[in-house]
Amino acid sequence: MTAPLLSISHLNAVTGRNGETPILRDVSLDIAAGEVHGLVGESGAGKSTIAKAILGILPRGIRIASGSIALEGVDLLTLDASSRRKLLGATVSLIPQDPLTALNPGRRIEAQLTDGLRLWRGLSAADARLRALQLLDEVQMAEPERVMKAFPHELSGGMRQRVLIAAAFALEPKLVIADEPTTALDVTVQKQILRLIRAMQERHGTGVVFVTHDLGVVAQICDRATLLYMGKTMEQGRVKDLLDAPRHPYTRALMDACPRYDQPGRGLAPVPETVFADCRAEIAAFDRERAGHV
Amino acid sequence: MRVIAAVLAKRIGMAIVTLFGVAVVVFLLLRVAPGDPVAMMIGAGASAADVAELRARYGLDQPLLVQFGIWLAGVLRGDFGVSISLHRDVLELLSERLPATLELATAACAVAVGLGGAIAIAGTLVRGRKAEAAVDGVNGLMLAVPDFVWALAFVLVLGVLWPVLPLSGRMDPSVGVPFVSHFYLIESLLRGRFAIAGDIVAHMVMPVLALALPLAAVIVRILKEALSEAMMQDYVLVARVKGFSESRLVIGEALRNAVGPTLALTGVQFTFLIGGTVIVERIFAYPGIGAMAIDAVINRDLPLIQGLVLVFGALFILVNLAVDLGAVALNPRLRHGG
Repeated sequence: MTAPLLSISHLNAVTGRNGETPILRDVSLDIAAGEVHGLVGESGAGKSTIAKAILGILPRGIRIASGSIALEGVDLLTLDASSRRKLLGATVSLIPQDPLTALNPGRRIEAQLTDGLRLWRGLSAADARLRALQLLDEVQMAEPERVMKAFPHELSGGMRQRVLIAAAFALEPKLVIADEPTTALDVTVQKQILRLIRAMQERHGTGVVFVTHDLGVVAQICDRATLLYMGKTMEQGRVKDLLDAPRHPYTRALMDACPRYDQPGRGLAPVPETVFADCRAEIAAFDRERAGHV
Repeated sequence: MRVIAAVLAKRIGMAIVTLFGVAVVVFLLLRVAPGDPVAMMIGAGASAADVAELRARYGLDQPLLVQFGIWLAGVLRGDFGVSISLHRDVLELLSERLPATLELATAACAVAVGLGGAIAIAGTLVRGRKAEAAVDGVNGLMLAVPDFVWALAFVLVLGVLWPVLPLSGRMDPSVGVPFVSHFYLIESLLRGRFAIAGDIVAHMVMPVLALALPLAAVIVRILKEALSEAMMQDYVLVARVKGFSESRLVIGEALRNAVGPTLALTGVQFTFLIGGTVIVERIFAYPGIGAMAIDAVINRDLPLIQGLVLVFGALFILVNLAVDLGAVALNPRLRHGG
């Protein structure tokens, strides 16, 4: 097996004045080139923290205590800000959560689609424009010429998310971080956007980190997934195995809490409080054991 | 373009109403206020008949409404009357003095925008570090010091203790006035007379800075606030992930969305700057309409005061109109008539 595209190992993140509150607990995961890896969990599980740590955009107050994030063997955490920016700018991109706020309201779509191409590929304005039109075509945007001239407020939410997907794939990145890219969209648009991300990812052979709280989305788009609770990996593996034969009670409970269109008439079960209690006990035991080692 | 035309039409209508209101108020106030222009003009030993004759000459013996009617009809014909103290046509005096003030105020506004914008951007670039506290501290000082205090401090430091700049006037009086217009700085630059232009600029440095610093402080405060808010938006995060440098994020992404609120407030503050020319021109004996306004009030020169107030009113209206048009031009959502 070749070296993974992205390798996170024993990543620990903390917050609080003295770093007393753990946010990530010893998270490890590998992503191969061309693979879609789901980060699943409820709010506060640490899935977005992992995404932000990869991109180097952790909010003030959260810091990495230990571990490494290696992109093609280069540990991102040891780079200074400037070389990290240059390395990531052209190789890792982001599909953000809310398409309504993720485009600059004061700049035309053309400017926002071509700026990265001009900076990192050194394309002329005319060449970057051609490439941008081609990208809009790839994301099945109607009237690409009109869209190029438009300002964000003239486009619908679904159209803006298509623009952002086009921008994310513009530089043929090796890794795309999709941070709940369908949460802000309505259900009919969600499905199209998921299919589009999968199609773009397959065509370009891109690795994708897909952050979501929705197991249905994981089933639809991810090859492998990591299930997180309170910043600790509960279960990790191929999505097929995870869903067919969940080993961890938390995974099983989450699946019971999911609507299943293939099993109409099956009721939804809320995650039992005992499962949460077991998860918390498992994490407390983990924290105790680690404190003992130190 | 249709939006801009509509804004223009509405504003011109409002401007006429506003100016009429200004004319009424100033006319009435001057008649109610104590002080008699005739008493100021005539010697202490003048006879009652002389006084009555002068009053009749300037129409001051007529009822108020008639006086106002005569003056307004004259203004509409472009006749602002004759200055009581200077014995010259008011419109002629204004057209001589207004260009000096316009050059001064425009230069001050440009300096304030450039300086304030640069400090706000620099402050945003160093936010979260110790340098930001220094920027905020200096700006707090700039906010607290009014224009005339700056003017006096400059006189003391750059005019007296370390006399590097000329203290008064618009240019070196020994040069003569080789100009056809009253826009001395613009004309000297256009005609390539750079030595004269340099002398004019040297005379402008202190009054321009005195007027510009308080306005710059306001710009820093508003723009820095708007910039740091814009820097927290998602689109800046997306651009950061694209690998853009911090300065490109501030100038290329955040700035265009932060200038809107700043521009609106700068417009309001610019009218204070025009008001500030009255005292600052006086301190530097700069021959603009501000310095003239003080003399006109001291001499109870009613026609001149009325003309000056109308000009100040028109300036305020024009500045606000320019600000509103600028806001429309800058914000794509307004531009498309949304």
